[in-house]
Order: sequence, then C-alpha cells, then structure tokens
Amino acid sequence: MTSPHAAGQSKVSSVMRDVLLATLPGVVVLTAYFGPGTLVNIVLGGLIAVACEYAVTAWRGRDPRVAISDLSILVTSTLLCIALPPYAPWWLIVIGVLTAVLLGKQVFGGLGYNPFNPAMVGYVVLLISFPVQMSAWAPPRGLTDVPGLGETLRHLFAPGTIDAVTAATPLDLLRQNTGLLFDDLMSSRPELVGWGGVGWLQANIAFLVGGIWLLYRKTFTWHAPLAMLAALSFCALIGYDGGSSESGGSALFHLFSGATMFAAFFIITDPVSSAVSNRGRLIFGALIGALVYLIRVLGNYPDAVAFAVLILNFCAPFIDHYTQPKVYGTRNKDV
Amino acid sequence: MRAIHDIHGGVHPPERKELSQPGQLTDAPLPTHLVLPLRQHLGVPAAPCVAVGDTVLGGQQIAEAQGPMSVPVHAPTSGSIVAIESRPIAHASGLEDHCIVLETDGRNQWVTCAGTADWHAEDPVTLVERIKDAGIAGMGGAGFPTAVKLTPGPTRNIETVLINGTECEPYITADDTLMQCHADELVEGAQILAHVVSADAILIGIEDNKPAAIARVAAAIERSGADIELATFPTKYPSGGEKQIIEILTGQQVPSGGIPADIGLVCVNPGTAVAAKRAIVDGKPLTHRIVTLTGESLSTPQNVTACLGTPITWLMAHAGLSAAPQQRIIHGGPMMGFAVSNLEAPITKITNCLLAPTVAELPLPEPAKPCIRCGHCAEACPASLLPQQLYWYARAKDQEQLAEHRLFDCIECGACAYVCPSQIPLVQYYRAAKGQIRDSEQEKRRSDNSRERFEARQARLEAEAAAREAKRAARKAAAADKAAEGGVDPIQAAIERAKARKAEQDQGADKEPAH
Repeated sequence: MTSPHAAGQSKVSSVMRDVLLATLPGVVVLTAYFGPGTLVNIVLGGLIAVACEYAVTAWRGRDPRVAISDLSILVTSTLLCIALPPYAPWWLIVIGVLTAVLLGKQVFGGLGYNPFNPAMVGYVVLLISFPVQMSAWAPPRGLTDVPGLGETLRHLFAPGTIDAVTAATPLDLLRQNTGLLFDDLMSSRPELVGWGGVGWLQANIAFLVGGIWLLYRKTFTWHAPLAMLAALSFCALIGYDGGSSESGGSALFHLFSGATMFAAFFIITDPVSSAVSNRGRLIFGALIGALVYLIRVLGNYPDAVAFAVLILNFCAPFIDHYTQPKVYGTRNKDV
Repeated sequence: MRAIHDIHGGVHPPERKELSQPGQLTDAPLPTHLVLPLRQHLGVPAAPCVAVGDTVLGGQQIAEAQGPMSVPVHAPTSGSIVAIESRPIAHASGLEDHCIVLETDGRNQWVTCAGTADWHAEDPVTLVERIKDAGIAGMGGAGFPTAVKLTPGPTRNIETVLINGTECEPYITADDTLMQCHADELVEGAQILAHVVSADAILIGIEDNKPAAIARVAAAIERSGADIELATFPTKYPSGGEKQIIEILTGQQVPSGGIPADIGLVCVNPGTAVAAKRAIVDGKPLTHRIVTLTGESLSTPQNVTACLGTPITWLMAHAGLSAAPQQRIIHGGPMMGFAVSNLEAPITKITNCLLAPTVAELPLPEPAKPCIRCGHCAEACPASLLPQQLYWYARAKDQEQLAEHRLFDCIECGACAYVCPSQIPLVQYYRAAKGQIRDSEQEKRRSDNSRERFEARQARLEAEAAAREAKRAARKAAAADKAAEGGVDPIQAAIERAKARKAEQDQGADKEPAH
C-alpha cells in the first residue's frame, strides 16, 4: 500500500447525488408548468435503468450493488427522462432508457468508459426513430388544464387519456415563423410571454440555479457551461438580424428557451465524455453552443442539444490533444 | 514585503499538527542496539571502516563515503560493533540493506570535536568538505547529499539560499519543533550555507500555520543581526515541495528536468542547515535528528531527538503504541510516506516522522471505482499535469503518451489521489509507470550497447580481412612484377628445386637394394 494514506471526502456517489439534487428545482418547475409527466418519466425511467444496470453488470461478472450504489445510472436515466416529453408513452421511456444504459454505457464497459453521453445517445435514438412522439411537448399550465397524477399514470399505458399533450414549443414557433417580425411573433401568442416562453423561461432559470449550486459545490468547473452560453449568445447576436421575420431569435430567447440551461449545466458537464482540461472544456462548450444555435436555426429538429453534444463527444479526444496545459517548469521552453 | 505567488492546485487535508505538540522536545531513551544503514542518503552506500568487535566512540566515523554521491556514517554514541550485515530498513520496498549494528554501552563517550567559530574566514571548499565529512544529507526526506547540492558547478551562480520551513505534510512537526528549539543554530547554519555557495541573499520560508516557529526564527534573525529575510505564506499542501516553495516565494519555476541552481537558488531543509552549523561550528557529525512520533494509536505523541539507527519499535514503545491488529506505521507523513513493513527497521537521516494512525483516523482505502474523468485531480495537481490522462496511459502502458503528458514532472505529492472521488491509487500507477519506463530505457541502452559492440566487432573483422586481402594482393603483385622484370619466377624456381630434390632421392633409393 503506497501513499497517500489520507483520502478526501469526495466519492463518486456523492458527486452523483449532488447532480441529482441539483436537478430538483428544474424538475419542480417543469412539473409545475407542464404537470406530473416529467416526474412520472423519471420514476419509471429510474426503475428500468436500475433493473437494467443490475442485470447487465451481474451478467458481466461485476458486483451489481457497487455499480448501482455509485448512483451514476440514476443520473443518466434522470437526465434522459427530464429531456423526454412529459406525456410520452411508456414504451418510449423504456426504449430510451434501455438504449442509454446498454448502448450508451454498458457496451463500452460501464461507468467511465463511455465516449458519448449516455442520456444523449438514448435521446437521439428516440428522436430519429420516433419523431412524432418525441416532438409532442405538452402546453404549459394556463393555456390548458394540466393533468393530474392519476390521469398521467393512466395515460402512460392507455394513450389518449389526456387530450392536450401536444403543443408547439417556443422553438417550434420560431422555426415555423415566416411572416412576423421577431418582436411581433413574441407578442402574438400567449405562450411566448417572457424571454423563452411560458414555463421554458422558468425551467431554464431553475436549471441555472441548480447549476450554480453545483459550481459552488465544485462538482465541475465553470469553463464548459460558460463557454457554451457565451457562444450561443454570440451566435444569436449575430443571427438576430435586427429582429426581422428571418431573425434567428434574440440571445435571451435562446438562453432561456429549450434545453439551454439544462444542457449547459447537466449535459455538457458530464466529465466522462467531455474534454479534460479547462482550456479544452472552454472549446468543447463553445463549439456546443455554436452548434446548438446552428441546428436550432437552420436544422430540422425541435432542439439541438443532443446532436451538438454527441458531435462534440466525438471531438473531445482531438480537443484534448491540442489543449494540454503547460506543466510546471515548461513555461519558458518549447516542449 | 515579498510578493507571495500562488501555485496551481493543492489541497487542504486536516493538519493534525497539534497532536504531537510542536515546540516541545525531549531526548529519546538510548536503545541497547543501534542499526546504522550504510545508505541513509540518495546515492552510493558508504563502506564500513570498522570491524565486528571494534569499540567505537560517539562521533567516530564508522563508514566512509564512496565517491561524490555518498556520505559517511558516524556512531551516535559509544559502544562496540556487534554485526555488519543485512538488516530490515525503512524503505518502501520492504527490502533489507547493509547495516552496521552498534551495541551501546550507555557511557556516551565522544571523540573530541573541533569546530570553527570563525567560519567567515574559511575557504568555502574546505567547508563543503567538512559538511560532507559530517555525513550530512538532506533531512527533509530525500536525503540528497548536501555537499553535492552546495557545489552546483562553475556555470551556475547561486544568488539565494532558501531555507524551506514549510513542512506542509499533515501531522509532521519535526521542522516546526526544530525551528522553535534551535532557531539560533538555524540562522547561523543558513549563513554558513550562504557563505559556502557565495549567495547574496538568505530567505527563510515558513507556512503561516506555525506562528511560534515564525516568532522564534524572527527573534533569532534579530539577535544575529544578519540580513536574512523571513517570508510566510498561506498553508496549502504541497507548498513545501522544493519546486512549489520556489514558485511561491520567487514566482519563478525550476525548469523541467532542471534543479533550483539553474535559477540561482539552493533550497535546504531547516534540519540540514542546523546540521551544517553543528558540523562547522561545533565539529559534530550528523548522528541525531528530530523525529515526530504521532498518530492516535500512540498514548503520548511527541517530538524526540533520537540517535540515528534507533529501531522504530523502540520509539513506538517510548511513545506508548497500543497497536491494533494490522497496525500501520507510516514513515513520513500521510501524503507521501510509506508503510513500514518491519518495525525492527531503524530511523535514518531522512526519518522526519513516524505516524501510527488508527483506522478511524486514516481509513484503509476502499476498492477503486472507475475513473469518471471529473478532473478534480487536474484541479489539485501542483505541477499542472492531467492526472486522469496519465492514469489512462499508465494503465495502457503507453509510454509515448506518458512522455507527452510529462509523467516525469510528477512529484508524487498525492494531491490527485487525495481528491479522487473514485479513490484510485493514482500515485501508485505513476510510480509503476516511471519504473517501467526507466527499465525499458535501460533495456534500450543495453541493446544499443550490444548492437554497437557487435557492429564495431563486425567492422573490425571486416577491416582485418580487408587488410589481409590487401597484403596478399600486394605480395602477388610484387611477385608478378619480379617475373615480368625478367627475373626468375619464384614459383617456377620452387618447382624446379622440388623436382631436383625428388630426382636426388630417387637416385639414392635405387642404390639401396645393392647393399
């Protein structure tokens, strides 16, 4: 046994627990505005994920209790389920979670070995395979009656129980806009009140709060999130186009709509699949921010985070290669 | 006020320094036997110059240095030599090494020690020689021969002597105690070292968690009237690393692969400075040192002045060890020390601390979990390395990438492993990887040598064959020339001669039967 003999307090499970706790404000706001759908997703997804992780690690000859107890699988399933539409059919959740656990994580060797963000792998597979179900986001409270828990549960297994499960999200509305000036568009519909739309603004603020708490806890550094938000804002400023009908939307709109804050603090901060150095994480985050904007404005999908993250996961080793920090004693040397 | 620079990374483990009551110092009782390893320093072992059965006095040299990277060993007290043999030593490998075993006689009779109070007038070369003859090697932990450090060569100009009073490892208070109890000797030692290397400035750096030591050293500087700067800086592990304290106090970095002398500094431990003072002024060799005995498994944690060669078990008994099953005794501190495998091993010039923790105090490591690349290690690394990447490459045995990620700039401080949420024994991986790289470099050198030897031999054989061939050709040419000149062809002549002899013999043979 060699040094050091002392160990700090940090544990993988405590890191993961902090991430789970930090999603709470966001989940509460999503539930408040869109009903208990997200909550049901998380619970169902969590159960499936834990069962699947248990089975696969046991089958691979690992201790499943060790694998479960690090809580990483709950982080993966929770993040995926937050991203899924609140009133998704049960099989969508099952397929998504299984894809994330199996194809996103376990095929590579489990925790720490996955080159891609498992939750985003699950999300993208669903988005490509089931575009209709995946773009069915519920309308916010106030525009419609939000279903209760019983209704939600019944709807899970008997689709159609709830009528209004689909409405265009603010990002959809922006993309569909052809004739209106940006400001007119924002005031044309009740759900577009606020910078990013009703519910979306509040959810983004909530995820921002959770993210700042994680920064305070030093779970991750500010580099990737800040770079992503800065790049997204920068692109949005360039593409604002004076708010014409061709406008890509304002920076505030992009920051506080869709999955922006959730992505910045909970998705791109997944350490396993991101760049490793601080400088690398700046580049990693900035490129995700730029891609998110480009895909949102020019692409075909309702939101862009999952694609942007997966593309940059590909690039992470490449970024690492070019962003090694200057080691002590090499300051004045070309080494 | 000197500008204090921050270093990258670092951690704040619980200090636990109060446990051993820094500043209070007693003499450890004398054991019946002292076990003195021939190598208590970094470099070539000393060679015994006494035989079994000899009686020796305290301060008498019992093993002499072998070349420049070696220092002698002296008897810490009077007694007789009872064995010169392999004994367990305090080393991470757990291996044995050659030791001289001295049976003490309790009379503590010493050789007469002649020092020089007026060292200012002495030639630095003489002083370095006396520091070496006193057996002084760095007392901070590495045991680098001090005389070598003090002769950095004609190309390096030393401006500053830096006394490293950081002692950033948790638990250890040996330097703190030394600075409190021997501040005047420290100040004089620092001046001697500065004189030896012709340095203009003396800088003593102490971490701000040692206010008593800071006050005592400041007072000693005041008393001495010397121009010595005392700098204090915030407590953080591993500020006491040589490279780290240099950056903290000067803002400069020791070049990778270089030594402090490359940027005009010589950095020594306070214990080493005090030992240098005693060697020069009192004429006393290095035979004792201060050791912190600490940890919650001891009933009376304390600092003692102990004879080098005192068995660890003796000191542990003195401090009231109540050993739990599988009790760990750590040589050094909790961050960089190693667990001693045999308590019969003695303390040496580099033993600053013996730590006997309970399991509650320093829990045994949990099984390592997978690396999640959280990067906390990179945040903590004082060398700005990427420990998580080094870990991957060490596991993959990818020596090229390890070099690319500058494995050999790792100082093995353990900050990365300390913060690792997966509890991966990172330093262990780096040590193993360094060992493998050294081995394969040695292997490569060996095979390069063999290849060169083979190629040289091949070339020599070819050259010899060519020379022979040339000689033959020359002889042939000479003969042909002679024949062409109209002289007798030597071959033809030889054939003629042989024919004539044959004919003569034949005639003789014919006559034979007639008898």
